[in-house]
Amino acid sequence: MLAVGLNHYLILSAILFCLGLFSVVTKKNAVTVLMGVELILNAANINFIAFAKYVDNDLDGQMIALFVIVTAAAAAAVALAIVLNIYQRLKSINLDEADSLAG
Amino acid sequence: MITNAILILLLPLFAFVVQIFIGKRLPRQGDWLPTGAIICSFLLALPIFFDALSNYEAGHVVVQQSWEWLRFGNLEITFGIYVDNLTSIMLIVVTLISSLVHIYSIGYMQGDERYSRYFAYLCLFSFAMLGLVLVDNFFGIYCFWELVGLGSYLLIGFWFEKKSASDASKKAFITNRVGDVGMFAGIMIIFSTLGVFGFTDVFTKIADGGLSGTMLTVTGILIFFGAIGKSAQFPLHVWLPDAMEGPTPVSALIHAATMVAAGVYMVGRTFVIYTEDALLFIAIIGTITAFMAATIAIVQKDIKRVLAYSTISQLGYMMVGLGTGGYTAGLFHLTTHAFFKALLFLGSGSVIHAVHSQDMDDMGGLRKKMPITFWTFLIGTLALSGVPPFSGFWSKDAILASALEFGMNHSAYMWIFVAMLLSAGITAFYMFRLIFMTFTGQAKDQKKFDHAHESPFTMTLPLVVLAVLSVGTIWWGWIEHLLAKPELATYATVAVGAVEHSAEHGNAHLAHTIALFSSIAVAGSGILLAAVVYHWKKISAEAWGSKLKPVYNLLWNKYYFDEMYEATVIRATLWKSRIFAAFDVKIIDGFVNGIATVTSKFASLQGAIDRVGVDGMVNGVARVVGVFSNRLRTIQTGKIQTYILMALFAVLILFVLQQF
Amino acid sequence: MSNVLSWITFLPIIGALLIMFVPKSNKSLVKIIAALFTGLQLVLAIWIYMNFDQSTSQIQFREQYHWIPSFNIEYFMGIDGLSVPMVLLTAFLSFICIFASWKIDKSVKGYFAMFLLLDTGMMGVFCSLDFFLFYIFWEVMLLPMYFLIGIWGSPSRVEANGAVRGGPYAAIKFFLYTLFGSIFMLIAMLVLYFNVQDPVTGGHTFNMLHLMDQANHSGVLLNFDLRLWLYAALFLGFAIKVPVFPFHTWLPDAHVEAPTAVSVILAGVLLKMGTYGLLRISFPILPDAMRWHYFAYGLAILGLINILYGAFCAMAQKDLKKLVAYSSISHMGIVLLGMSGLTAMGMNGAVMQMFNHGTGTAMLFLLVGVIYDRAHHRQIDGFGGLAVRMPIYAAVVAIAFFAGLGLPGFSSFISEAFSFLGAFGSEMFDLRLITIISTFGIIITAAYFLWTFQRMFLGELNPKYAELPEINGRELFTLIPVAVLVVLLGVYPAPLLNLMQSSLNELVEVVKTAGPSSSTLLGLF
Repeated sequence: MLAVGLNHYLILSAILFCLGLFSVVTKKNAVTVLMGVELILNAANINFIAFAKYVDNDLDGQMIALFVIVTAAAAAAVALAIVLNIYQRLKSINLDEADSLAG
Repeated sequence: MITNAILILLLPLFAFVVQIFIGKRLPRQGDWLPTGAIICSFLLALPIFFDALSNYEAGHVVVQQSWEWLRFGNLEITFGIYVDNLTSIMLIVVTLISSLVHIYSIGYMQGDERYSRYFAYLCLFSFAMLGLVLVDNFFGIYCFWELVGLGSYLLIGFWFEKKSASDASKKAFITNRVGDVGMFAGIMIIFSTLGVFGFTDVFTKIADGGLSGTMLTVTGILIFFGAIGKSAQFPLHVWLPDAMEGPTPVSALIHAATMVAAGVYMVGRTFVIYTEDALLFIAIIGTITAFMAATIAIVQKDIKRVLAYSTISQLGYMMVGLGTGGYTAGLFHLTTHAFFKALLFLGSGSVIHAVHSQDMDDMGGLRKKMPITFWTFLIGTLALSGVPPFSGFWSKDAILASALEFGMNHSAYMWIFVAMLLSAGITAFYMFRLIFMTFTGQAKDQKKFDHAHESPFTMTLPLVVLAVLSVGTIWWGWIEHLLAKPELATYATVAVGAVEHSAEHGNAHLAHTIALFSSIAVAGSGILLAAVVYHWKKISAEAWGSKLKPVYNLLWNKYYFDEMYEATVIRATLWKSRIFAAFDVKIIDGFVNGIATVTSKFASLQGAIDRVGVDGMVNGVARVVGVFSNRLRTIQTGKIQTYILMALFAVLILFVLQQF
Repeated sequence: MSNVLSWITFLPIIGALLIMFVPKSNKSLVKIIAALFTGLQLVLAIWIYMNFDQSTSQIQFREQYHWIPSFNIEYFMGIDGLSVPMVLLTAFLSFICIFASWKIDKSVKGYFAMFLLLDTGMMGVFCSLDFFLFYIFWEVMLLPMYFLIGIWGSPSRVEANGAVRGGPYAAIKFFLYTLFGSIFMLIAMLVLYFNVQDPVTGGHTFNMLHLMDQANHSGVLLNFDLRLWLYAALFLGFAIKVPVFPFHTWLPDAHVEAPTAVSVILAGVLLKMGTYGLLRISFPILPDAMRWHYFAYGLAILGLINILYGAFCAMAQKDLKKLVAYSSISHMGIVLLGMSGLTAMGMNGAVMQMFNHGTGTAMLFLLVGVIYDRAHHRQIDGFGGLAVRMPIYAAVVAIAFFAGLGLPGFSSFISEAFSFLGAFGSEMFDLRLITIISTFGIIITAAYFLWTFQRMFLGELNPKYAELPEINGRELFTLIPVAVLVVLLGVYPAPLLNLMQSSLNELVEVVKTAGPSSSTLLGLF
């Protein structure tokens, strides 16, 4: 039986990160992109906790992960509000249409 | 006396000022004011005249006083009054005739729409003329000289709605100005050489040799130019006939008795400055004028024009008198002429008033209709023709004697006397032609004849007064007596050669005798010829006129002087003015505008260089940057996902690079 | 009244500032303020006349302060017999012109403010005795004049030959022409500055009294040739303003396009600045250059050309205002001729002529304005018989014309006669022939004035103008004071003559005798 080590956690978080990144880069729907962001954040959280457990053996990682969760919740709330506004303005949440910054 | 002299001058001025501003609102349109003023002047002049008469002695000066007018450093310019025998006579002449003309005008100008203005002008003229007579220096005489010209301008052009009247007034003023420029030049020479203006000062300094020789001759001739203009001498006589466009009383006052005599007066006043050569010049001009004008008068049909040419001719006589050294003769003729010529003009005015025409072809037989006018006119004519015992005879005789005496002493100039004698005959002829055509025979225009009537009292009274004055031998004796004064002796060392000269030769007596008889003879033959031609019609004037067509045409067209001046002086002046104006606009202003054009062309060229070259470089840099930016901006999609993707690639690239 | 010259100079500017605060809509208040301040200025001018000591040639009402000490520039005001007539003329005409401008209704505030600024500039030129200050006032005048002609003058139009004429064109021409002259003046001024020592401090100076004192001259000023060049440069600056042939073509344009009051000021005052500059600066500072034969005779000949050329050009004009403009050129020629002989009589005649031309030509331009306001054109041949319809107007025009042609009894006769007499009697130069030829100008002048009078006023009344209104009270109010002055000074010129003659006689003496003491110069005479 293979013991679960640091590498496993890292691989999991890497996969999670890649999935998140994928959905951020490819999805048109703003909400899906936000969900991708959540995945990326959680991939980071896994990393924090894994390193805390295997490398430092203290609770610093967990603490930061909790921070991230809280801020992520806040960020999600703000982001959803923005999306809502974009929707009201453009009647769409398709990100391709929100290109007023284009040069 | 000084108060008298000042009042004589200021009363008409005062009347003018009042009349011009409020004349129209005064009762009778104010005609009584100028008339009264000038009559007062006449009454004030009488004591001066009798003072001169009773204090008969050499160089008697009745009034002489001057006041400082201006002062340049220590150079004082004064204005003053100088009354001697000559002035006292002139004062009487001017004020008396002016008074009579004022009275006459009350009738003549009745009902004119500018009646009050007419009297104002007349008064202004009288003021100027009196000033001219009274003033004691060259500068002053020039001032009044010009003012007299102004009065004449206003009165000739009084009926300015007529083009011919406004033309005539303009012509009179400008022609006079030509002479005045010469006179002013003469005054400039006098002042720059002697440094004074006053007559007495100038004469004294000239007698002391302050100005002599050719320069003095030139000065004299230049001063005389003024007289050529004002006294209508050849070649500036052309304005006087045209001046007849003015109302007839004006012609009587200004263009017969006073203003035109001003030139003669001035020559008399400044007589001592003329050298023998200058006097000869005056005599020759006078002779030409007298003869030329007399011949022109023969053919004129306009009654006033005949008189105008006769005036020119008589003025020529006066100049001859003065020029040949007959100081007394010339000025004596001035005086007698003033009265009988004023009489003739006023008489013609009376005729014109009656028939409403100036053309002698419209007249004839008026003797019965207007007896007073006829008889007074006849007296004037006899005086002008030089029939004894009328005034003109004495003065004309004196001039002829003076000319003859001059001819005897300088045989090369005998022709002056001959021409004068001839002119005297012509004068008698044309004057009686006028009498016969106007007053005797049959009426040529019955309608006008029926309408004719004797003029009102205000018009006949002056005629009678003047007629009486044109007869009396005693009265004229006084005048000659006054003028005969050898006042020149005071100064005469250099200038009055001619007078002294002739006395030595003792030709005077002989000359007088010859002149006396010959003048009576020519006057008689002139009258006789006129009677033969125009009264008894033994000789046909028309036939002779067509036989001598070229001569007739020459005379009818007044020797083509007007045409000549029109073709030369006037056209040249206008041409010059147009050329100068065109030169100004095209060349000088063209040059200025050319500079402006060149500058602005250059500026636009430089502007182009600046735009294309210098600014082009600056813009070029900007454009290059712009092009690059344009290319680059395509990657700026505004889509966050693209940016993330790029960041991802960048990270990947960095990652890959780190491996090496 | 210690600083009376400063007051008289800057009063109009105070008025202009006040006008700035008047609401745009209150046009009559603007005019009243302008009239009030120019009126006050006139009162001050009369006060100066009363208190001016006529017996001395000294500078009076002197005000002298340091202004820019590092360059030794002073605020130096003072007047003598040469400037007083000009100060009086300026104050008088400015006051008259306010009333002549009463009908202006295009940006009234701007017009009157500009006018008052112009007034200050003119007054300053005649009062300042520091060359630098003089120059500043000289230039200050240009700006308002430019706008007055350009904006309130006649609008731009295209002539038949395609040339653009009108107010803006004339304004630019006037401005550039004068500026062109000023540059030469500036150069000369700087040369003088660097070569004259203040006798007290030893530094350079712009003080005209120091400049006039030949003992203070040094450096290049001791070289006769350079003095001639310097004189020529100054002359060019002033000649353009006079204007002397052939620099005169700005004048007909500027006069014709400017509004009436501005024409009056242009002809009445601005032209005098040229001759004033010659007499105030060129003659006393460089007397030997003035006396140089070519320059002295040249001046007289230019006078002659101005007289005859101006008169002939005037005769050919069809536009009444242009005729008057050319007559100005002709009359200013008499000033040049009068001063060129260096005689007391000629000099006094010339300065009197400056004054009398100022009043006479003012009348003429005002009268042109009157007829233009009614008939809306100025073509001489377009009228006829107006004397029937407008007898008072015709009478006033007759007075102005006869004054213009130099009839005795009107002021310009005296000054013309004295100018001619003075030039003719010159002891230093033989100007007799030139003077005699010049006198022919008075025939031409008589001819064109009388011809014009005949064409406009005499003959049958042109039916087109049968309803033309007679001259009104306001216009008469502007004309009568001028006419009275013209007649009064014509009959008795002593008040004017006595005012200036001490200074002018002194000036003549100085110019006749003064010169640098250096022996190098004496040899060149």
